[in-house]
Amino acid sequence: MIFAAAAAGVVVTMLLALVRALIGPNIYNRILAVNVFGTLSVMLIAIYGFVDGRPEFLDLAIVYALINFIGTIAITKYVTFSDMGHGDDGDPAGDI
Amino acid sequence: MAQVLDILSWIFILGGVVFCLIGGYGLLKLKDVYARLHAASLIDTLGVGLVFTGLMFQAGLTLVTAKLLLILVFIFFTSPTATYALARAAINHDVLPEVETDEERELVSSTKTQTGAD
Repeated sequence: MIFAAAAAGVVVTMLLALVRALIGPNIYNRILAVNVFGTLSVMLIAIYGFVDGRPEFLDLAIVYALINFIGTIAITKYVTFSDMGHGDDGDPAGDI
Repeated sequence: MAQVLDILSWIFILGGVVFCLIGGYGLLKLKDVYARLHAASLIDTLGVGLVFTGLMFQAGLTLVTAKLLLILVFIFFTSPTATYALARAAINHDVLPEVETDEERELVSSTKTQTGAD
């Protein structure tokens, strides 16, 4: 019961993050909202494992946490440099 | 004893969910991306921290607790890194924070030169 309530609260927060991702207004707000959405889905998977009595779901949560971080860094880097490698020559921002 | 642990874990889980909802509300309510980063970090630290601590109380001393701790530590290290990268990318692309006084405006321009923006 308590897990269902917690899962419901997390889903509501995910919807709020989704609204922010849809209304923008710029790319950085969207990246931020997607990052929050990923963190919340890690939480939702962990809670759902306890609802269902199958804590093996935590392995999926670990993978989601890893992909969420790598994805956020990769998208931020791509937006900043239009490139996954180093920035152009003379770009003072260098590497993230 | 089991009853006490149950109640303790419920308090932690519900507290964490309340912080998540506050963070989600802040994500919509605050007015620029730098302010919204604070709302997001509320979810990443207190939200995740309290919920996962509550789940650890439910799981007891098992492998499940070890996995929960692993996720918790990972998020604690990666979330500030992602926040920093995002704020730096935004300020280097001329997304300026919304300010009200001249003093704050000077602070913004000096921060911008320090991070090496054009």
